[in-house]
Amino acid sequence: MKQYRAHLLVCAGTGCVSCGSFKIKEALEKEIRKRKLQDEILVIATGCNGFCERGPILMVHPDGVFYQQLKVSDIPFLVEEHLVKGRPVKKLMYIPPAEKEPIPRMKDIEFFKHQRLIVLRNRGRIDPERIDEYIAFDGYEALAKALTEMTPEAIIAEITAAGLRGRGGAGFPTGKKWAAGRAAKGSPKYLICNGDEGDPGAFMDRSVLEADPHAILEGMIIGAKALGAEKGFIYIRNEYPLALHRMDIAIKQAREYGLLGDDILGTGFAFDVEVVRGAGAFVSGEETALIASVEGRIGMPRQRPPYPANKGLWGKPTVINNVETWATVPNIILRGAKWFSALGTKTSKGTKIFSLVGKINNTGLVEVPMGISLRDIVFGIGGGIPGGHEFKAVQIGGPSGGCIPAKLLDLPIDYESLTEAGAMMGSGGMIVMDDKTCMVDIAKYFLNFLRDESCGKCVSCREGTQRMWEIVKKITEGKGTEKDLDVLEEVARTCKDASLCGLGQTAANPVLTTLQYFRHEYEAHILDKRCPAGVCQALIRYVVVAEKCTGCQSCKNACPTQAIKGTLKDVHLIDQTKCIKCGACQEACRFEAIEAQREEAIQII
Amino acid sequence: MAEKKKLRIQDLAKIREKTKALTTIRESEGRAKVTVHMGTCGIAAGAREVMEALLDEVRKNKVQDVIVATSGCAGLCNREPMATVEFKGQPPVKYVDLTPQKIKKIFAEHVLCGRLVPEYALAVGSETVY
Repeated sequence: MKQYRAHLLVCAGTGCVSCGSFKIKEALEKEIRKRKLQDEILVIATGCNGFCERGPILMVHPDGVFYQQLKVSDIPFLVEEHLVKGRPVKKLMYIPPAEKEPIPRMKDIEFFKHQRLIVLRNRGRIDPERIDEYIAFDGYEALAKALTEMTPEAIIAEITAAGLRGRGGAGFPTGKKWAAGRAAKGSPKYLICNGDEGDPGAFMDRSVLEADPHAILEGMIIGAKALGAEKGFIYIRNEYPLALHRMDIAIKQAREYGLLGDDILGTGFAFDVEVVRGAGAFVSGEETALIASVEGRIGMPRQRPPYPANKGLWGKPTVINNVETWATVPNIILRGAKWFSALGTKTSKGTKIFSLVGKINNTGLVEVPMGISLRDIVFGIGGGIPGGHEFKAVQIGGPSGGCIPAKLLDLPIDYESLTEAGAMMGSGGMIVMDDKTCMVDIAKYFLNFLRDESCGKCVSCREGTQRMWEIVKKITEGKGTEKDLDVLEEVARTCKDASLCGLGQTAANPVLTTLQYFRHEYEAHILDKRCPAGVCQALIRYVVVAEKCTGCQSCKNACPTQAIKGTLKDVHLIDQTKCIKCGACQEACRFEAIEAQREEAIQII
Repeated sequence: MAEKKKLRIQDLAKIREKTKALTTIRESEGRAKVTVHMGTCGIAAGAREVMEALLDEVRKNKVQDVIVATSGCAGLCNREPMATVEFKGQPPVKYVDLTPQKIKKIFAEHVLCGRLVPEYALAVGSETVY
C-alpha cells in the first residue's frame, strides 16, 4: 500500500451523501491533482460518522481535524491552507452552540467525546469498500482466533459470558439463542442477518451496513462456526441502495480472499452468504415474518414455538440476529467476554447505538454504554433542544416503543428500565420532542404508521390499530368524548394481549405511554377543545400579532390560498374562511408575528 | 488492492504489516513526527522540495511509523525552510536552512537512528507544534 502524508476521510454515509459529500470528494480530488499533491495525499470515502446534523463531514489525518458543513466552494481554500501550508481552517470547524471558539479535533467535540465505540469503531476511519483497510484495524483477527483456537462450544460460552443481548429490540440473550441453534437437530443450518430496519427515524443498521460491512460478515462467519451453519442470508431493504452496494462489494472481496466459501483461511471450514433484498415492510423485522419473506412468501409472522432455532428457514434450524448484534460478535471474540461485560449495567452489557432525531441540536447516530442516562444523551451528546424550547419527551423504540417524559430523564437506559417505563429498547430509534410537540398528534402519527404496517393476520392488531387511530384522530379534531379514552385504553390492552407478534403486542405502547404520562393533553383536546402545543389543525387558528407584524408581506407571499390581506408596512390580517391552516405563513415570518391560537369558533359540545 | 489469492491465517498479519502506515496516520500515533513548515516564506525558500525529498525517503525506506505533517510559518522566516522532528515524550528539535540533501541526512540519522544532527539544528525543546 502506497504511503501518503495525509489522509482525507470524506464521510459517505447516506446522510452526508444526500447533502453532497460525493461532490466534496470530487472537488478535493480535483484540487489535489491541480496542485500535484496526488502522490502525497489520499482521499477516501468512509461510512457514517454519526454527526449527520453537520454534514458533509471531512476528517483530516494525521491529527484528526474535523471539518463540517462543507461546500464545494470551500475546497480550494481548505486544500491550500491546511494541506499546503499546514494551517487548519478554523472557519470550517465545528463551533458548539453558544460558544465562539471552534473545536479542531473530533475527539474533543462534545458529541463524540462521550461515545464508546464498539460496533461503530470503524466508522469514519476506514474505507468500507477496501477489505485491506478493515484488516489493517484488526479485522478478521477474531475470525482467525475462532477458527483456529476455539471450539463451537467455547465461542458460544464466550458470547454467553459477555452477556450480549439481541440488538434488534427484544433483547433475547444471544448466547442462549446460539446454544439452542447448536443443539437443534437438522441439517443444513442457516444464519440470517436481520437488516430490515423499519422504524421511522431509525438508521443504525443502515449505518453499520454502510460503514463496516466486513464486521457483519466476520460476526456471521464466527456464528456459523459456533452453530455449524453452512449458509447465511443478509436481509437488507431495497431502500438502502448504498448499504446493498457496499455489502455486495464486501462479500465479493471476502470471497476473493477466501474468507467466504470453502476452506476459509485454510482451516477447512466452509460458509457462504447471500444478500436478500426486502421490499420494506415493518412486520418483516419480526423473525418468523422475515423467514417467510426470505422463502419468497408474504412477510407474515407465525405462532412460536417452534422457534426458528429449531424450525426456521425451510423448516431447518435457523439463527436470526440483528445487524448490530452480528457486528458486535467479532469484538467480543477478539477482546474477550470480560472486557465487553465490564461496560453497561447488571442486565444489559456493552454498548447500544441510538439514532438521535427530532427536536435536538445534534441530530445523528451515537453509540453509548448501556446504563447512560437519557439526560446525558439528550443534553450531553445531543446538545439539548434547539430554539430555546423545552424538552417534553423522547420516543424510544420507534412506533412500538413509548414516550418517556421529562421526569424520567435520569433513567439509566437498559432493556429492563425502558420496559418498566412502558417503552422498549427497540432497535434504538430516539425521537426527541419539545414543548411544540402535541402528544396526541404523535400517538396519531405512530398509529397511522402501524395500521398501515399491520400484516392483518390477527384481528386484535388489524382492527385494533385501525380503531385506535380513528379514536385518536377524532380527538385531535376536537370531536372526542371522555368515554373515548376508556375505549382507547381497552382496545390498546386487547391489542397488546391478543396479538401474535411483536408488532401487535407493542402497537399500543405509544397510546398507553402518552395516556400514562400526558393524559392532561388528551383531556385538553376533549374537554377544552384545545391543543396545548398548537399543532392539531382543527383546534387552532393562525392570527397575526399586530405588535410584532412589520408588514413585510413574506407571509402574504407564502400563503397558498391568498388568505392574507395587507399592504406593505401595514399590519396584515388572515382571512379565517380562506385559511387552510397549513402553517406556511408561520414558517415564512421572520418576526414571530404569526401565532397559532386556540380555535374557539368551532367548539362542539 | 492486494493480489487476489486465498488468504491463510498468517496472511492477515502480513496485510496488517503492509498497511501499518495507514493505521499510524489515522490514529495519529507515530513513533516520530516530522513537521515541515510551509508558510509562504517556507514555500518561497524551497519547503516543497524539502517535503518531497522527505516523502521520498519515507517511501524508499518503507517506514510505516513516521508521520509527515505540514504546518504554518514557525516565525523565523530568514532561516526557512524549517522542519521539526518530534519523538513521543521528548522535546521537539527544530532544524533550519534546510535543503533536500539536509533533510535526507536528518531522516537517516535522527528519525531512523535517533541521533540528533547538531550542525543543522537550531534548538531543542521549543514550543510544541500543533
